[in-house]
Amino acid sequence: MWISIVLIVILVLGVATVLIYNALTRWKIGVGEAFAQLDVQLKRRYDLVPNLVETVKGYMKHERELLEKIAELRAKAMNTSDMKTRGTLEGEISEGIKKILLLVENYPDLKASENFMILQEELVSTENRIAYARQYYNDAVKNFNTLCQIFPVNLVAHIFGFKPAEFLEFAEERGAVSISF
Amino acid sequence: MSALDFVKIASRNKRRTFLLVIILILILFGIGRLLDSVFNGGGVYTIIALTIALIQSLVSYYAGDKIVLSSVRARQPDLGDYEERQFVNVVQELCIAAGIPQPKCYVMDDPSPNAFATGRDPKHASVCATKGLLKVLNREELEGVIGHELSHVKNRDILTMTMVSVLAGAIVIIADLLRYNLFYGATRSRDRDNGGGRIIALLVFIIVVIFATIISHLMTLAVSRAREYMADAGSVSLTRNPLALASALEKISNYSKPMVGISDAVSHFFISDPKKRKLSEKDSLWANLWSTHPPIEKRIAILRQMAGASSL
Repeated sequence: MWISIVLIVILVLGVATVLIYNALTRWKIGVGEAFAQLDVQLKRRYDLVPNLVETVKGYMKHERELLEKIAELRAKAMNTSDMKTRGTLEGEISEGIKKILLLVENYPDLKASENFMILQEELVSTENRIAYARQYYNDAVKNFNTLCQIFPVNLVAHIFGFKPAEFLEFAEERGAVSISF
Repeated sequence: MSALDFVKIASRNKRRTFLLVIILILILFGIGRLLDSVFNGGGVYTIIALTIALIQSLVSYYAGDKIVLSSVRARQPDLGDYEERQFVNVVQELCIAAGIPQPKCYVMDDPSPNAFATGRDPKHASVCATKGLLKVLNREELEGVIGHELSHVKNRDILTMTMVSVLAGAIVIIADLLRYNLFYGATRSRDRDNGGGRIIALLVFIIVVIFATIISHLMTLAVSRAREYMADAGSVSLTRNPLALASALEKISNYSKPMVGISDAVSHFFISDPKKRKLSEKDSLWANLWSTHPPIEKRIAILRQMAGASSL
C-alpha cells in the first residue's frame, strides 16, 4: 500500500520534472533564436558603418570627429562579448547615426545625391530592424526569466542550472526611430 | 491586441476556411444532383460538379497566390530604385516585429495607391504594392499600410480570402456551364417531352442557382469587411502609430481614379476598394451590404480615436 503511494508520488514528480525541463529548454532556445536575429541586424549595421563614413566624410568636414567616434564604437562593439558593455556601445552607435541623419539637413549636396539617399534608407531601415529585434529579444528574455522564477519551475531551474538570460539595454531607451523625409 | 489574439483569429480563420470548402462542395453536390434529376444524367453531372469543386479547391490552395499575382500583372521589385527598396525594407522590418517569416514582395505598375497580401500561410505569403502607393506615401504611412497587410498574413486572412474568391468563382463557372446546358438541353428535348414537370424543375433550378450566387457573394463581402478593421488594429499594434495609417488611408481615398484591369474576383484583396465604389456612413443598409470594404472614413475615425486614447 505505502509502497505504491510512494511510487505514484515519485512517478508524478518525475513526469512533472521532465515536462518543466522541456518547457525551460524550449524557452531558452527561443531566447537564443531571438538573440541570433538581433545579432544579424547588428552585424548588418557593422557592415553599413564603413560605407556611411566613406560616403559622408567628403561632404561632412565638420562632423569628422563624430564619424571617427562611430567607427571606433563599432570596432569596440564587434569585439565585446559582455552584454552590458555591448548594449551601451550599440546604443551610442544608434545615437551617433541618428545625429548624422539629422545633420545631413545642413548638407544639401549630400542629401540630394542618389547614393546617399539609398544609404540613408538602409540606415533608417537597419535602425528600425534593430529596434524591433531588440524588443523581440527582450520580450523573450522577460518571459524566460519570469518562467524561471515561478514555483515549482524555479526548483527544476536550480537543479539543472538554468540561469536567467540577460537583457540588452541600450544607452538611451527609445522607441523605433521614425524619421520621415 | 496581444499575440494571443492573432493566434485565436488565425485558428478561427482556418476553421472558417474549412467550413467554406465544405459548403462549396455541398452546394456543387446539390447542383449536380439537381442536374442529374432534371436531365436524367445518371450521376454524370454530380461527378462533374464535384470534380470542379475539388480542382478549384486544390488549385486555389496551392496556386491561388500565383493566379492572383499574375492576374494583376505584379512584378519583382527593383532594389536599385529608392522607393521599391524602401518598400522591401519596410516589409522586412515589420516581419521582425511581427515574428513572421519574410513574405515575397511584388510591385504593380499602377499609379493608383493600393496594396494587398495573398498566399496560404505565413510561410507562403506575398505582399504587393502599387507604384502609386510607394510614390504617394511617406515612410511612416507606408509602414502603416504594410503593417495592415502583414496582419492579414499573420491572421491567415489571406487563406480565407483566397478560398472565398474560389467559392464565388466556382459557382459562377457552374452557373455559366448550366446556362449553356439549359438552353441546349431544353431545345433538344422539346419535341420528345411534354413540358409540365420539367419546366417546374427548371424554374426551381434557376432559383437555386441565383440563390447560391447571391449567398456566395454576400459571404465574400461579410467575410472580407470585418477583417479590414482587424488588420488596421493589427497594424497599429506593430507600428504603434495609428495616425500614420489614418493619413495613409486618407491619401489613398483621396486618389479618385480607379485601378485599371482589376476583376471583381480579386477586388476584396486590396486595402482599399480598387473600383473606388463610394460608400459613406450615410449610405443605405443596402449599399452597405454590397460593398467589399468598410467605409474608409469610419476606419480613419477609429484610428484617430486610438491615437487620442493612447496619448491620454
